[in-house]
Parts: sequence; structure tokens; C-alpha cells
Amino acid sequence: MQGKASPTNSGPGLIRRFFQLDGASIALVFVLLILIFMITAPKAFLGYRVYMSFMATVPPPLIIALGVTLVAVAGEMDLSFPSVVAAASFVFGIMFKQWDVTWIAFLCAIAVGAGMGLVNGLVVTLLGIPSLIATLAMLFLWGGLVTVLSGGIQLAIPDIYGTAMHSIFVGRIGGVFPAQMIWALLISAFIWMLLNRHRFGESLLFIGDNLEVARVVGINATREKIKLFTLSGTLAAMGGVLLTLETTAYFSSQGMGYLLTVIAAVFIGGTSIFGGSGKVVGTVFAAFIVTVIEAGLVASGIQGFWTRFFIGFVFILSVTANAIIEDPDKVPLVRMLRTKMPSR
Amino acid sequence: MADQSTADQPIVSLNNVGKAYGPVVSLQDVSLEIGSNEIVGLIGDNGAGKSTLIKIMTGVETPTTGEVFIRGERVDFSNYSVQRAHELRIETVYQTSSLGTKQPLWRNFFVGRPLTNAFGFIKVREQKRISEQIMRETIGFRSAGIDVNTPVGRLSGGERQGVAIGRAMHFDSDLIVLDEPTVALALSEVEKVLNFIRSIKENGRSCIYIEHNIHHVHAVCDRLIVLDRGQLVLDCEAKSMTYTELTEFLRDLHFRGDHDTKVAS
Repeated sequence: MQGKASPTNSGPGLIRRFFQLDGASIALVFVLLILIFMITAPKAFLGYRVYMSFMATVPPPLIIALGVTLVAVAGEMDLSFPSVVAAASFVFGIMFKQWDVTWIAFLCAIAVGAGMGLVNGLVVTLLGIPSLIATLAMLFLWGGLVTVLSGGIQLAIPDIYGTAMHSIFVGRIGGVFPAQMIWALLISAFIWMLLNRHRFGESLLFIGDNLEVARVVGINATREKIKLFTLSGTLAAMGGVLLTLETTAYFSSQGMGYLLTVIAAVFIGGTSIFGGSGKVVGTVFAAFIVTVIEAGLVASGIQGFWTRFFIGFVFILSVTANAIIEDPDKVPLVRMLRTKMPSR
Repeated sequence: MADQSTADQPIVSLNNVGKAYGPVVSLQDVSLEIGSNEIVGLIGDNGAGKSTLIKIMTGVETPTTGEVFIRGERVDFSNYSVQRAHELRIETVYQTSSLGTKQPLWRNFFVGRPLTNAFGFIKVREQKRISEQIMRETIGFRSAGIDVNTPVGRLSGGERQGVAIGRAMHFDSDLIVLDEPTVALALSEVEKVLNFIRSIKENGRSCIYIEHNIHHVHAVCDRLIVLDRGQLVLDCEAKSMTYTELTEFLRDLHFRGDHDTKVAS
């Protein structure tokens, strides 16, 4: 390899191209983390059980994060998903309990999520409130509504265990492998295609990149954003139903635990915080990373309270790293250092 | 060069067009015509109404008064949009905002009208092939290290204008509107862009060229239109005025403006 190589067509160029592959750098981080935990917590991480448990618990937040990834690509944010998860879970749970229906309950739960997403989209686009604030308000609004409708109760639906739907969505293939992982991967593949190969995804990319450009090339940003929030609500509902199926229970604060982990997964995965670019594969790996950190730290004997601290730390670190990869000048600290450095 | 029947009919004609944003009048009673195969320079200070005029012609804005005809047909603004303007083969290249800088060239060439299958999935390979062709043949890109996967953000300002102009020509527009394409460009880049503009005419198309730099306008345009505070104050053949005369005319406008403001205040 040459010493001072030009940025293209050489060794360092190859390395850079590897890191520009969708999700490549984050996959590397994931492997490193697993290796570290294999050393610090060999008992847990050298067996297969912990991985099966990851694959049972990660799919719901992963599926939600896929929707939020698309929202972030368009330069928007959706914080309402914990309440959508609760609403979908409640609708599904109560319908199953009252009328013993599964597929109808499933469809209703998804429809409720889509409806909530649609309303979110209308609020963001027609009222013109920035989505970060609008969906934070909708988080309270939907959450409050679900609590009122459910009367604050919890639901246990142990009877769902053994139904066809339970086996299809969250059964254990060969007695060990969680079926929800297959569904999560299928949905991930679909979202990848949507973002990278469909005209809807292209519209989102341009809306997030530069709204004015999107407008002058004839993209109907309002319509696309309404579709976007509807999709995000639908995916959150899907996550909610899978969670309820896996835990065979509903309680109103069910989705709240996902608030941090989902947002972290999206941006640790390499989706731009500035909009205009998104990494679906990155989101998939990052959703696992967040869970693995949590489990790994506890298994390594570190107090449980520290896990949030570390996730926050990894979050800020990776978002910064991603911003530097995207454009070093967007990070003021790096810009200061670069201007102070003598030019070589 | 084009046959007589189309040459006679203007591509766009405006009839007493006005536009007000609330109480702010940005365009007043403007009537003009853009013929086929001519380069028309549109000159005016900031806020003279140039952008508004362009936005009305290209379907981004709706005028408050007056009418617009495209190839003799009256535009129905209730269903006039950017897409409709594209269908009528009118294309706009905005000074900074017609390319997504994080997106690769192959997306930028086709954004807004991608080649898709029946389900809306983009035919990526075909788009890349055609983009490659436009880059090499229509705009003559030869920069090393640039291919169809390069994000537009890595191109120079002149190259970006080339991409946008190449895109417009590929989609077979009759009228290409350029909004200050040379602003903030290095001198060598400006020459490239002026050549792109000449190639528009060589391809038998028309162009509206909005520019601050009067020197550039005078060098490439067939006809000149000057707007001042929303009103059309000059519409003449470029040859009928020397560069010096044009400069003096614009300077006089400027002084008239100063005088007016003093009286007003």
C-alpha cells in the first residue's frame, strides 16, 4: 500500500468503501461487543440460550425502529410509538379476551395503529407543528386515551398460548428459535426495499435531504409525510401485537420502555440525524446492540443501574461518529480542531 | 431550424400577470412571450419579482391575476403543478435547490419521475445506465473519481449545474429555466456553465436565463427582459443594446429607485 494514499482507489479507500456499505461499520461494532462479552461474561455469552432470548425480545423494538428510521430519513421524528404500542396491545388483548378472536383482533390492532399514525401525520403536516413536539404531544394524548378506555386495568391473556396465531408469530421453531425473528427480518427486508428501491423511499430521501428540492422536483411532501407517519404507526402496532403475544399480557405502560431503545437503535444504526439518509441494516444491528449492552453488562456483574448510562454513552458516541463520517464540518468540535491543525 | 408552425407560436406567453402575497405585491401586470429556440435573459434586483415570475411559469405558484398560455393553450391553475409543467416540457434549474446533495447522481437525474415497475419499485440498473450516458454524452463529464454513485455534494458548483441542465435536456424540455446558474462559481466554472447554456440553444430548445451578472447575460442571450419592483421595464433584442447601454439603463433604474425611496420616506 502507498504511504500517503489519495482518498480514492487505494487501501484506505477500500476501507472507507467498506464503512460506506449499508450497516457495515455497525455490524463490526456488534461483533466486537459480543466478543467482549464472551470474555467478560463467558457463562452467558458462550451458550446459545442468550442469543435465542435476544431474538425473542428484540423483534418488537426492532420493527418499531424500522418505522422510526424512515421517519428520520424524511428529517422528522415520531415519539408517539409507546402509546401506539399500548393501544394496539390493548385492542388486541381485549378483543381476544371478550370474543376469543385472534386474526380479527390482529387486524383491528393494526388498523388502530395505522389510524393513530394517520392522525399523527395530519397533525404534523396540516397544523405545521414540528414533528418532535407534535408526536410528543400525541404520545400523551394517545397514552391518556388508552388508559381511559382500558380503565387503567391490566390484561392477562394466557389462553393465547397454543393458538395458531401464537405459533405463527411467536412460536419456537424446532423448540428453540423464536418465530418473531423471522417476521422481523422479513419486515426489515421489506423496509430496505421500500427505502432504497421504491419511489416512496426516494421521496423520503429527498424530503429529508432538502425539502425545497423535493418541492421543485414535484414531490408532494405533505402526502408522503402522511403516508410515512401512517406506516410508522402501523409498524408500532405490529411491534405491540408481537410483544403482547410473547408476554401474553397487556399493561398501559408497555411501550414506554422502548422509547429510549428504539430512538437509540435508529441513530446508533447510522441513520442521519440531519435527515436525507437512512441505514435499515444499521437499525437491525443497532436494535440488537442496545439489548446486548443491557444484558451483557448485567451478566458481566456490573450493577443494572449502569446499563442506561452506558446506552446513553454509546448513543452519543455513535451519533457523533456517524455525523463525522457524514460531514466532519457538521461537528463544531472537529471543525475547530481541523482549522487549528496546520495543513499538511 | 424548427418548422414554421411551431416557431410562430410562443412556448409561453403571459398576459397581465400579477402576484400578491397578502398585501405584498411582488408582480404587477407583466405581459411577455418566450419564443422557440431563443435564450432570454431575465434581469432585475433582488425582490424585483424574477423568482415569482419563474415560479408561476413552472407551476410552483399560482398568479393572483392575469393568465398564462403555454403553446397557445390557457393554463388552468387549479391543476397546474410542477408535474404538469414537466409534461408540457418546461423544466427549471434552481440556483441551489434542484439537486439533493446527499443523494447519488443516478437518483438526482430521475427524481420526481423515476423509472419504475408497476409496483413503484425503481429500475436502478436502467437509471444508472441512462445517467452514465447523459453524463458522458450530453454534458461531457470527464472528471476523475465521479460516477453515477457519487453524491452530488461532492461535485463542484459548475458540475452541479451541468447535471441539472443535462437532466432537463434528457427529459426533452422545450424551455429550460435557469435561476442564477453562475452565482458563487469560480471563473473557470462559469465558462463551463455558459457553454451548457449555449448547448441548450444548439439543441433547438429555449432558455430563460436569470442572472445578476449583466456581462454573462449580454454574452449569451438573444433577448433581454428587465423587471423592476414587480414591473416589466424592458423587453428588447440583446443586439439592440450594447453592453454599456444596458449597464447605463440599469444604473438609471437604480437611481430612480433611490429617488423614490427618498420621496417616500
